[in-house]
Amino acid sequence: MSINWQAFWLTLELAVLVSAILFVLALPIAYWLAFSRARWKFFIEAILALPIVLPPTVLGFYLLVALGSRSPLGRWCLSLTGHTLAFTFTGLVIGSILYSLPFSVQPFAASFSSVDPKLLSASATLGASSRRTFFRVVLPLSLPGLVTGVALTFAHTMGEFGVVLMVGGNIPGVTRTVSIDIYDQVEAANYASANGMALLLLAFCFTVLAIVYGVNRKKVNQRLLTMAAAK
Amino acid sequence: MEREFTLDVEFVASPGFTILFGPSGAGKTTLLDCVAGLRAADGGTISVDGRVFLDANGKVNVPVSRRNIGYVLQDLALFPHLSVEQNAEYGLAHLPRRTRKERVEVLLHDFRISHLGKRRPSELSGGERQRVALARSLVSDPCVLLLDEPLTALDGATKSRIIDDLRRWNQVHRIPILYVTHSREEVIALGERVLVMEQGRIIAQGTPHEVLTAPAQETIARLAGFENVFDAQVWLVHEDRGTLTCRLAAQESGSFVLLETPLIRAASGSFVRVGIRAGDILLAISRPDGLSARNLIPGRVLSLERRDMIVFARVDCGIEMMVQLTLAAREALQLKEGQGVWLVIKTHSCHLMRR
Repeated sequence: MSINWQAFWLTLELAVLVSAILFVLALPIAYWLAFSRARWKFFIEAILALPIVLPPTVLGFYLLVALGSRSPLGRWCLSLTGHTLAFTFTGLVIGSILYSLPFSVQPFAASFSSVDPKLLSASATLGASSRRTFFRVVLPLSLPGLVTGVALTFAHTMGEFGVVLMVGGNIPGVTRTVSIDIYDQVEAANYASANGMALLLLAFCFTVLAIVYGVNRKKVNQRLLTMAAAK
Repeated sequence: MEREFTLDVEFVASPGFTILFGPSGAGKTTLLDCVAGLRAADGGTISVDGRVFLDANGKVNVPVSRRNIGYVLQDLALFPHLSVEQNAEYGLAHLPRRTRKERVEVLLHDFRISHLGKRRPSELSGGERQRVALARSLVSDPCVLLLDEPLTALDGATKSRIIDDLRRWNQVHRIPILYVTHSREEVIALGERVLVMEQGRIIAQGTPHEVLTAPAQETIARLAGFENVFDAQVWLVHEDRGTLTCRLAAQESGSFVLLETPLIRAASGSFVRVGIRAGDILLAISRPDGLSARNLIPGRVLSLERRDMIVFARVDCGIEMMVQLTLAAREALQLKEGQGVWLVIKTHSCHLMRR
């Protein structure tokens, strides 16, 4: 039973990076979702939820096309760096960000909108701008939701397969993640290695989630947990 | 989602308490929200202390955070994740740290909560939370204080101690305090001035005594606690005696009850309404005589209902009257349903309202 540590560290790096970027990216999006009264909000909500229901291969396929040398984005990137983003680690990060976006945005937005609106009114009457209200009231009271969102994003990125395969391919040290490695091992009938990697991922993800949920206890949003479990 | 609601009011509040009194749904909270700027009124002007907050024509609408008002919301809305001190300090972000500390110290002292500074709202009693909410909204020296039924959940003694502290604070600062309530007791206890609201309009104003003891309209009568309100017609006018005789419409055709009431400017035959408090009616089991009271009405007990330590008797005298008795009185008279009784009502216990 051999463990492909390279694949493990690569996956971990990807998950940490994606969780961090998504944390920053999802805050303003979630804020808008929670507090905007725009009539077309449902439209944006639907788009943002798409990655939950789309097969990862569909998402990966479009990403591959978008990042490839035939798309304007791909050509622009090619002229800038000399290569396209397809089959690179950066491409993988972009793909994972899109794929895991709802797992950050939805728990964040849910916890923002569950903050008692009276507290927001009180904050405003006390002279606070909406920015100050956000940082002093909304954000601290949403802490459990933020933790949940980051944990879900992290775990979800750790285990993704379809998008990685489509966008990243299978380049050792660059885009070969744990899940791809397992798939490879099974294809090659190396069940012992596959078992080792699978166990490693299982144990790791379980530990992370157990820690987060233990810290967060009962405050976590049960609905989002079931959503993640159904995935 | 929001239902149609028209708020159409005009008033000037001077420093001190102004009570907004009325049934729920009258628009009291909406009015406070408009003053605070939490709701946009689509017309009119709001100005406090010479500063214009809203002028629909002049297109002025100062945002909530710039109005410098103190607003204690109905369920206080203390920040649960901040300590008492941090809550109180919240409105002072623009000031240097030392000034903030000093101001908070003074306010916590004024409201007798200095010893609670480090606690979280969840660790406080109802009265303490109330004091924190007041200190928090007053710390920035607001130009007006809005209070939305702040004391309804508190017992009488706690309530009056808090009011005393607020009064003391306001003797120095002299700002208008708009106080929303639907409790008659609070109106009587607090009021220098009362505005009675119904369906988005002010239907009466004056001192609590003026508004509640001589209600000009039926809604106020119910609010003021008249258990008995009847349609009536002026039957005879006795200018010389200073009284009227009114005919109360009975449920069954033909029969009616005559009632002697105080004189008001009303022509014979005009329609009025009579309000009588259940506690102002005496009940006798045989016809009393030699009484000064002018109204003596026979009737029959329909039901006796105990509420807390008080018994309410429904008596059919052609019209139905509610009479309030003590438990002891019921015992002594051995009242039973179906028993014949006499009701005794003084002329001045009958409050006339125009229709």
